[in-house]
Amino acid sequence: MPLDLTGRQYADVPYEEKERLFEEVKKDLRYEEYLYGCYECGICVAACPSARFYDFSPRKIAQCVAREDADLFYTLLNDSVWDCSQCFSCDRCPRKNSPGGVITLMREVAVKNGLASAQEALEGYGRVVYKIMATGTQVSPDMLQANAFPDWGPHVNDISDNLDEWRRAIPPETLHTTETSWKVDDKTITELYLIWHMTGVMDMIREIDEGLFMILQDVMEEKLEDEGYDVSFD
Amino acid sequence: MIPHSALFNRAKDREFKVDPKQAPTEDYHDILFQLEKEGEWEVQRVPEPYVEVDNKYGRKKKIPIERTWHHKSCGQCGHIPGYSTSVFWLNRQLGLDYHDPTDQTSCTAWNYYASATSNAAAQAAVAMRNFAAAAETGYFPIIHCATSFGHYKETRQQLIHSPELRRQVKKILEKLGKKLVIPEEIVHYSEWVHAVRDKIAARQTVDMSHVRATIHPACHYHKLIGEDAVYAPEVYGAQRSAIITSTLQALGMDVRDYSTWFDCCGFGFRHILVSRDFSRSFAVQRKIEVMKEEADPDILVTHDTGCVTTLDQSQFAAKAHDKNVGLPVMSDSQIAALAMGAHPYKVLQLHWHSTPNKDFLRKVGIDVEARWAEFEAAVAKIKSGEKSYLTWEDADA
Repeated sequence: MPLDLTGRQYADVPYEEKERLFEEVKKDLRYEEYLYGCYECGICVAACPSARFYDFSPRKIAQCVAREDADLFYTLLNDSVWDCSQCFSCDRCPRKNSPGGVITLMREVAVKNGLASAQEALEGYGRVVYKIMATGTQVSPDMLQANAFPDWGPHVNDISDNLDEWRRAIPPETLHTTETSWKVDDKTITELYLIWHMTGVMDMIREIDEGLFMILQDVMEEKLEDEGYDVSFD
Repeated sequence: MIPHSALFNRAKDREFKVDPKQAPTEDYHDILFQLEKEGEWEVQRVPEPYVEVDNKYGRKKKIPIERTWHHKSCGQCGHIPGYSTSVFWLNRQLGLDYHDPTDQTSCTAWNYYASATSNAAAQAAVAMRNFAAAAETGYFPIIHCATSFGHYKETRQQLIHSPELRRQVKKILEKLGKKLVIPEEIVHYSEWVHAVRDKIAARQTVDMSHVRATIHPACHYHKLIGEDAVYAPEVYGAQRSAIITSTLQALGMDVRDYSTWFDCCGFGFRHILVSRDFSRSFAVQRKIEVMKEEADPDILVTHDTGCVTTLDQSQFAAKAHDKNVGLPVMSDSQIAALAMGAHPYKVLQLHWHSTPNKDFLRKVGIDVEARWAEFEAAVAKIKSGEKSYLTWEDADA
């Protein structure tokens, strides 16, 4: 779908709100290392995989933030940043910009502020967030189900049908798991929960997916209580 | 009139020279040790023996050979377990001391680059918790995933430049009862394979001199903080990262070039899980088909979780659209293990891969049916309760 850069679709969003979100991006400690200006040479676009398949341009991202165009920023924040592949091919920039890095910060601000576009982009992704935050590993063997990966081929069925035995038929003892990618110590998981708690990540989850937040909250508070920590995610 | 040739050197007359002064960032070694002197953190030294290699701008990088702490990859261990198993198998065959920890979390960066449901402080704390756990064992971290590798390099950069972030992470680690300790080098496992490639080649039992290969370098290996990727004059004149190519050449393979070498695989982090039409299209149209048309390879070898996943799993659906696919995909650790005689199913675990690879195995002289029957017999023993697990001894029996 062509990207509408006129900003008409966000005309009712106050300019102050667009500026506020832009300021949040700019105050991130990484921002100054990700943006130095833009020659408009297009090397980033030539290297970008997403630009070949979407109406997406890392150059537009760099130009928009370099010009401090809050209206365009808001449009790209909602309608463009989730197309990025985050491969950092655009780090080839001769001006030493990292449009991919700027996009990471923009996405973070979109999530933190619970933008509807971010919620839509992450629809169906909640189970992955749950897995990584609750268990410490992201794509577990038991996620290989034919209904989740119908396009990967018949071996996905073979794997799910034989999952337990095939996992036990892998020599390293740490890989005999099915619900996590490897065996993770309880103490290690507890430490990870404390990190999420102390860095405000749970607040971000609450903004983007209230249901997921409540599930994670239950899991984490129970575990932390068992380990002797008096921690509330409220 | 000034002759044209006096104004412009022809490309063939120009000589490419690696120049440390061209590096976009300062030498991290100096800053790591300076901050250690100032009491900001401890630096975990690379244990001896190590091999010194050059990174992109000719700076030296130490690659540890043993006493390595294996920072595993979610996607490798979860969905392509023969990848990491092969890394461990190589260590065991070479008689090298290593540690496979359970006090390790994912770097969580796949999720971060997919969903942004985290922030710089959380990501740095996760990294430094894992590094502290490694230091406590006395083993040196070696990173299996290119995204973890790239993300940890980014994190190192941020910690170096932000006293505020260091303070924040130090406070979190204190609460966890851990010290702030950073490794002298952030090392990707494929750099280790590169460093020991001659030892692997010396133990090679499977001839691969008639094999044509293409390679795909992982973006997060050589583009993300690209100055800390390994280059070598003998591989593309040090103008492309040496990793994988150097290993395959040491094994005698014919490594062939293709025009989209620099392109991403199409993984996309978010896309591979919830928007795979993009990943599939890119992997097939910009990588697999180009390789097949231009280089006619028997095998595609890569060195990252996402790249093996995308390039391998994307081919099944593309076949339905009559795309020119059917190129088996393996990691450099798997191909190195295979060359040293590892079992294709007990060690390489190729039944977790999608694109058919039996023709390739036959080409290098593997009796595919016999090896699969051996694996099935081992699984039958597990199913019957005769054995609980397949052990390392079983894998080599």
